Amino acid sequence: MKKLLILGAGTAGTMMANHLNKKLDLKEWSITIVDQEPQHYYQPGFLFIPFEIYSERDVVKEKKQFFPKSVEYIQAPIKLIEAEQNLVILQDNTRINYDLLIIATGCKIAPDEIDGLEDGWRKNIFDFYTFDGSVALRNKLREWEGGKMVLHLAEMPIKCPVAPLEFLFLADWFFNVKGIRKNVEITYVTPLSGAFTKPRASAVLGNLFETKNINIVPNFNVSHVEAEDNKLISLDGKEVEYDLLVTIPTNMGDQLIERSGLGDELNFVPTDKHTLQSKAYENIFVIGDATDIPASKAGSVAHFEAEILTENILSYIHGKPLEAHFDGHANCYIESGYNKAFLIDFNYDVEPVEGTFPLPGVGPFSLLKETTINHWGKMAFRHIYWYMLLKGIPIPTVPPHMKTSGKKL
Amino acid sequence: MAEKVIAGFTVNVTEEGYLTDKTQWNKEIAAEIAQELGIEELTNAHWNVIDFLQKDYAETGKLPTIRRMKKEGGISTKDLYDLFPEGPLVKAAKIAGLSKPASCV
Repeated sequence: MKKLLILGAGTAGTMMANHLNKKLDLKEWSITIVDQEPQHYYQPGFLFIPFEIYSERDVVKEKKQFFPKSVEYIQAPIKLIEAEQNLVILQDNTRINYDLLIIATGCKIAPDEIDGLEDGWRKNIFDFYTFDGSVALRNKLREWEGGKMVLHLAEMPIKCPVAPLEFLFLADWFFNVKGIRKNVEITYVTPLSGAFTKPRASAVLGNLFETKNINIVPNFNVSHVEAEDNKLISLDGKEVEYDLLVTIPTNMGDQLIERSGLGDELNFVPTDKHTLQSKAYENIFVIGDATDIPASKAGSVAHFEAEILTENILSYIHGKPLEAHFDGHANCYIESGYNKAFLIDFNYDVEPVEGTFPLPGVGPFSLLKETTINHWGKMAFRHIYWYMLLKGIPIPTVPPHMKTSGKKL
Repeated sequence: MAEKVIAGFTVNVTEEGYLTDKTQWNKEIAAEIAQELGIEELTNAHWNVIDFLQKDYAETGKLPTIRRMKKEGGISTKDLYDLFPEGPLVKAAKIAGLSKPASCV
């Protein structure tokens, strides 16, 4: 029996277990998936918790219900990947030899990377990229009466690059509905040159900050936080004051990757951006947020990658060239408040443009345009995620490669 | 996409003046872009940063972060700000003929 081992049972790992269980010859291959957490979180839902659009129960389910019966699931922390020996060692020293390894260990926020952040952590400094963080922020917002709210992005890359924008737009809406918007000053602090960096998106979305009365501080590379004085300080000495700081700290791959000597400076695994094969070991493949490829770190990317990677793993097993090529395709809703949303669809080469999705000329969703239908698409997506996506059931009319038809290129 | 004459060379650039074809880049173009960005002269220290950016981009297919420039390139963040004031990565990338540090929108 040969062993296919998947590390990480988040969005990407779970989808791979389901895809490969259908495609591999199970008389020849056994599939094992390892993850230390028993719960699967619907991470796009974290954004909605602070604003009470979702509650805790909307975003959590037991992981094990998403694996096929023939896949072995081990709930345990992983100590080390010994790639030279095709071996993974778990925390309890269980040794698992593999023939083929899929790394899907994701990424997470690393608040330790910014000095001073922990001094105000969960007092007046919050995140919304973790389950606990978004719940803590919701509880804070219930009692917060207003002041300077600063949303801060530490450095790229981050999981879901549009989430900061969505957070700002939803905050504007939330405080308006609550009747305290006039008491809240909202500021976005980013290391990028602006809120929008792509010409086509900037042209359409550029005025949103002004109309929603959101300030922006661009080109701000954070040095540290002075929590006692409620100040963010940049590397070139600029200061931004806050009463409530919502931060998106540095995102890093799992420490397992660092321990195993497989990562770059942010613990992301160097990966071929088209085949998803590790650059260092030909029997290691990498998917989702764990890679270093220049695609967005997003569930939709993991979804499209999973279809490509399944093909390439079958090719690899049969000794054929890896012909399936990931094109960097991502598809993301951008919630803009007041039950409206934008939708963007793009890849490595094509920036977000206007058009219709998924059916060219028909929709029902509009690209790079604010509509109510887009919002309801995002709301419905949670169910698609739980009941189709994770189980590897294809979404009709949405292939892994980006369509150019239906787009104003 | 547009064409622009920089230092006497006709090159393809984005609306914001970033080169779109790396093969069209040369040192004279770099020097002129630097002047447009308020950097009068490219010293050896500037070239050290530009060389690292180009080498790393060729290897990884993307721009390094400030963190990576420090860890892999041995370029201190203070030096980086002294050499390319305000937005060091934005300026250095433009001079090196690479793409602008960007998000997806």
